[in-house]
Amino acid sequence: MAIFLDDNSKIIVQGITGGEGTKHTKRMLASGAQVVGGVNARKAGTSVDFDGTVLPVFASVEEAMNETGANVTVGFVPPAFTKDSVIEAIDAQIPLAVVITEGVPVHDSAAFWAYAQGKSTRIVGPNCPGVISPGKSNAGIIPADITKAGRIGLVSKSGTLTYQMMFELRDFGFSTCVGIGGDPIIGTTHIDCLEAFQNDPETDAIVMIGEIGGDAEERAAAYIKANVTKPVVGYVAGFTAPEGKTMGHAGAIVSGSSGTAQAKKEALEAAGVKVGKTPSETARLMREIIEGTAG
Amino acid sequence: MDLFEYQAKQLFKEYGVPVSLGEVATTADDAKAAAEKIGGVTVVKAQVKVGGRGKAGGVKVAKTPEEAKANAEQILGMDIKGHTVHRVLVDPGADIKEEYYVSYLLDRANRTFLAMASYEGGMEIEQLAVERPEALAKIPVDAIQGVDEAKAREIATAAKFPENLIAPVADVLVKLWETFVKADATLVEVNPLAAVGNGSGDVTLVALDGKVTLDDNADFRQARNAGFEDKAAADPLEAKAKEKNLNYVKLDGEVGIIGNGAGLVMSTLDVVAYAGEKHGGVKPANFLDIGGGASAEVMANGLDIILNDPSVRSVFVNVFGGITSCDAVANGIVTALNMLGDEANKPLVVRLDGNNVVEGRRILTEAAHPLVTLVETMDDAADKAAELANAGK
Repeated sequence: MAIFLDDNSKIIVQGITGGEGTKHTKRMLASGAQVVGGVNARKAGTSVDFDGTVLPVFASVEEAMNETGANVTVGFVPPAFTKDSVIEAIDAQIPLAVVITEGVPVHDSAAFWAYAQGKSTRIVGPNCPGVISPGKSNAGIIPADITKAGRIGLVSKSGTLTYQMMFELRDFGFSTCVGIGGDPIIGTTHIDCLEAFQNDPETDAIVMIGEIGGDAEERAAAYIKANVTKPVVGYVAGFTAPEGKTMGHAGAIVSGSSGTAQAKKEALEAAGVKVGKTPSETARLMREIIEGTAG
Repeated sequence: MDLFEYQAKQLFKEYGVPVSLGEVATTADDAKAAAEKIGGVTVVKAQVKVGGRGKAGGVKVAKTPEEAKANAEQILGMDIKGHTVHRVLVDPGADIKEEYYVSYLLDRANRTFLAMASYEGGMEIEQLAVERPEALAKIPVDAIQGVDEAKAREIATAAKFPENLIAPVADVLVKLWETFVKADATLVEVNPLAAVGNGSGDVTLVALDGKVTLDDNADFRQARNAGFEDKAAADPLEAKAKEKNLNYVKLDGEVGIIGNGAGLVMSTLDVVAYAGEKHGGVKPANFLDIGGGASAEVMANGLDIILNDPSVRSVFVNVFGGITSCDAVANGIVTALNMLGDEANKPLVVRLDGNNVVEGRRILTEAAHPLVTLVETMDDAADKAAELANAGK
């Protein structure tokens, strides 16, 4: 089980022949994920050797799915072509499209999100580290060797904070970690992941990491209050970020009184979520919950 | 990137949105010359990227070129909410009959775009949204379908424009949508969209003021964006960081920050600010994200920028080795310090965690650089960095 990815996930890589695509395909394979091929229309029919694993390159997502039975695509396509690559994946009806690419224009993300409505593809990202179900599969760039399989679910806007939390709680391990990305428009949200974790028998507790900007955390808090019975621990980054400045993530910008870390923390606490002041304190709160459950 | 009013109106004009656009002046004499050229009544308007300039005295009507000069003299150099006025826009005066409001913006919550419009303009839109929400139409716009004439009429009707204004307002809305999409904007706002008399009894619509925010991610396909950059106003360190492709934001504290990943760096700022409460109130001096893979060169560039900030008293390097392992990061720090030589002159607190952390810490311990203190956890390292910054005050 876990969410979004399991033992049977078969991954193709869009942009497999590029620098990032090559590097991370190698890492996904090394972590034991079943990567079965790649897509690059200009290099269709060739193959790429990843330290002994030879993967075929296909002309399209559809062809790759037909030939390999792939059900997940991970995209490293440059920003100028990301929109077309995601639309291609949606048209091929692949169940999961993880979009790693950073710097996608928001009009393009809005377009492929609108295009995906009513269709069968779940989009994670863009500008995200991807999804990992430790010991089962790994679709993206999340390092696989900093934690182990376990029963905590994690959803986060931030890559390195995800890794930090996975590492701090590595003795417990994780069912699935989802890096949803910090862009203003993203495919899979905190709420989508909370719902999936709530329904996942292999997840006992959830860590949710947010950051300034937008109101996704506030809406997630309302969702938790109404629907989530599993314990949730939260962390919000950006308490000291000044108004009107973009902090690395295009979505992390505080405008006026909305989107502040304080407002998000208060909303989460009002929903019964324990919110840590620092990543370490957040990990400690989760530790207490699990040890309490265990004891 | 936010645009100045004159830049926003240049953009509107390019896509056929009717604008009132005079000339930009950076001196009072130029303002006078502009007013002479335009003729008649003019309006001298401070060009700053912040609202409320009218109330601050940044907009003045001039009946003669001499008066325009006098207005410009007053306005140039003025401080409006922390923004210094470096230029004014001298616009033709307008015989305003009525004022309306139209805009498109990104609606994050619904992952789409939103049209906002009101027949009742002439007041702050935030105030209207709170006090008379029924007067402000908010209509979702599908990113693929966009705004055609039918959609534009729907928006104008929802905004309660009278029948005779539906067609002209819809025309503006279609052209404004084109601006929004083709310029890769996340906000285009016309406030006010004014009905002005043209002397012969007819009334036409004109964008008297405009606000535009462009999506930096689209710079690669928006060649004109580089020309919109306000290089004079940019912080010199931010400009230098941009040249080196570093994600840097100058803040007003004393602890320099380097980290990898936007979320972790934001978190680092918070942890340092908390620690500063115990150490004389020191605060983070900057945001600097060197990205997932922290090579020696990137680390050197980052340190170079931070060490050149005179307000920095100590530096906190906070790296989680995920994609890059800690030994590579540690080597990067050692190499960077060697590359910088005597320029490296402030204490560095380093916290490494993650992949190959033991080897990474060993490399730093062995290098035994006199400026470097290695601390195991993020919270303790923040405390140490704040303590050192306070001691160096």
